Amino acid sequence: MTGVINPNVRQNKAVQLDDGVYWVGALDPGLRTFDIILSTANGTTYNAYLIEGSEGFAVVDTVKEEYADVFFSKLESVTDYSKIKYIVLNHLEPDHTGALPELLKRAPHAQVCISQRAQTMLKALLKTGLEDLSYTAVKTGDTLSLGDITLSFLNTPFLHWPDTQCTYLIEREILFSGDVFGCHFCDPRLFNDKVGDFRFSFDYYYAHIMRPFKQWVLEALDLIIPLSLKMIAPAHGPILRDRPRRYVTHYRELSTSSLSGKLGDDEKSLIIFYMSSYGNTARMAEAIYAGIDDVEGVRVSLYDLQGGETDPFVDLIEEADALMFGSPTINGDAVKPVWDLLSSLVVVNLKGKLGAAFGSYGWSGEAVGMVEDRMRGLKMRVPTPGLRIKLIPTDEELEDCKLFGREIAGILVGKNQNRGKIIEMAEL
Amino acid sequence: MAKAKVTFQDIDLTVSVPVGTRVIELSEKIGSGIIYGCRECDCGTCMMEVTDGWNNLSNPTVLEDKVLKDNMAGRHQRLACQAQILGDCTVKPA
Ligand SMILES: Cc1cc2nc3c(=O)[nH]c(=O)nc-3n(C[C@H](O)[C@H](O)[C@H](O)COP(=O)(O)O)c2cc1C
Ligand SMILES: [Fe+2]
Ligand SMILES: [Fe+2]
Repeated sequence: MTGVINPNVRQNKAVQLDDGVYWVGALDPGLRTFDIILSTANGTTYNAYLIEGSEGFAVVDTVKEEYADVFFSKLESVTDYSKIKYIVLNHLEPDHTGALPELLKRAPHAQVCISQRAQTMLKALLKTGLEDLSYTAVKTGDTLSLGDITLSFLNTPFLHWPDTQCTYLIEREILFSGDVFGCHFCDPRLFNDKVGDFRFSFDYYYAHIMRPFKQWVLEALDLIIPLSLKMIAPAHGPILRDRPRRYVTHYRELSTSSLSGKLGDDEKSLIIFYMSSYGNTARMAEAIYAGIDDVEGVRVSLYDLQGGETDPFVDLIEEADALMFGSPTINGDAVKPVWDLLSSLVVVNLKGKLGAAFGSYGWSGEAVGMVEDRMRGLKMRVPTPGLRIKLIPTDEELEDCKLFGREIAGILVGKNQNRGKIIEMAEL
Repeated sequence: MAKAKVTFQDIDLTVSVPVGTRVIELSEKIGSGIIYGCRECDCGTCMMEVTDGWNNLSNPTVLEDKVLKDNMAGRHQRLACQAQILGDCTVKPA
């Protein structure tokens, strides 16, 4: 096994990847949790790269601050600071910009190249002493020359920060992809054809970091797919030199809806989740369910949160067009399984999904309003005030539940009750 | 009190409001799809498109202008948490 480890990895020397292209990153094998939300069983790497052209060098990303020494030693094994012409930052997160302030001190003439959206973040990130820092903001298609080689930029916002971009070395057909195609996996053998099996880490990273931004992944792939790709050099984990296109295809699969083709073209999916202690909220849920089922074009599902773990629901929720949550009020609050579900949705994008809440209560009935606030906080739209029923629903009230379901379903399929109506603000 | 009419195109509903009302004060109540984040002119989430009556909204403040620019807003896009309705206009989620 040691036979395939390039000794430079550990000896603070740069590792050559291609003609004039070097890895100058750092290994962090001890790391177990990243950004609070991610765990990793065997650490990570901070991959920084050095590119040599006939007219100077470009550095692509740096490393986490604690690893700055390793990064600088590796840089110095190839060049001195005076020859660094450009510093490209694919996104500004500290795990890749930690060594930037020191690098700028050592290479003050170097031009920092960032995305348009990074401009306002740069100042907030480099609080000290760099107020007069000059930088170039680049966008898709912009290029920078290093003499015989050219860097070109792809604006790939929200993967996973608003300012994310990828950098492509045209002549070598290498994509420096930042966190895209990355994973937390630390193996000194560095290359995807040498390291251990990292498929799990790759998918895990996607699921936690990229998944909320699927739409943006697909847009980025539109820019990446036409490129010739000899190698993908991400900011974490193995360098993808063996059949790099596989990873592009895999990203596309991961970003494509798993429900597509399973529902009819014009069909919308609405899911009702509820919890009930004495069966009152359950009765409401069933009546709402029945009401929705009458509406054409809506596929409705009903789930009792008592019946399972929340994890599998996250997938369902991601694909759904509308969500309804039913909770009784217990001690002035909605019940824990509802909150558990509503707090495990960070990995999916809920923006704009239709939401509604309902529940039975005894005297104060706070749950419905609190769940509505949470849905709004998750950037869902909650067009209709939730339905609350005091204690045991009567037949008449169950009829109201049906109507409530029908109303929400109507909004979902775009049956517009307003039709140009004019109302007074005071009526709201 | 002077009134103005604001139409929410996505739900085809018009509301008559006192002049000076901010869009944020009513869009959620009536169920328009305009989505809010920070609600205080920082995040840019509540971007909306003004499809008619562009000049009938209060001028963007320096801060709103900056946030719009950061978020690469189009010419007729505004933040719903900031824009005040001064005359008849039509808006929809951006
Ligand atoms: C332990 C406990 C605490 C409760 N606290 C509240 C409360 O704070 N406010 C309220 O409106 N109802 C409260 N209730 C009443 C329930 O909301 C009411 O019984 C409701 O109908 C239960 O609906 P379910 O059968 O769907 O669980 C409480 C009930 C229990 C058992
Ligand atoms: Fe990152
Ligand atoms: Fe990262």
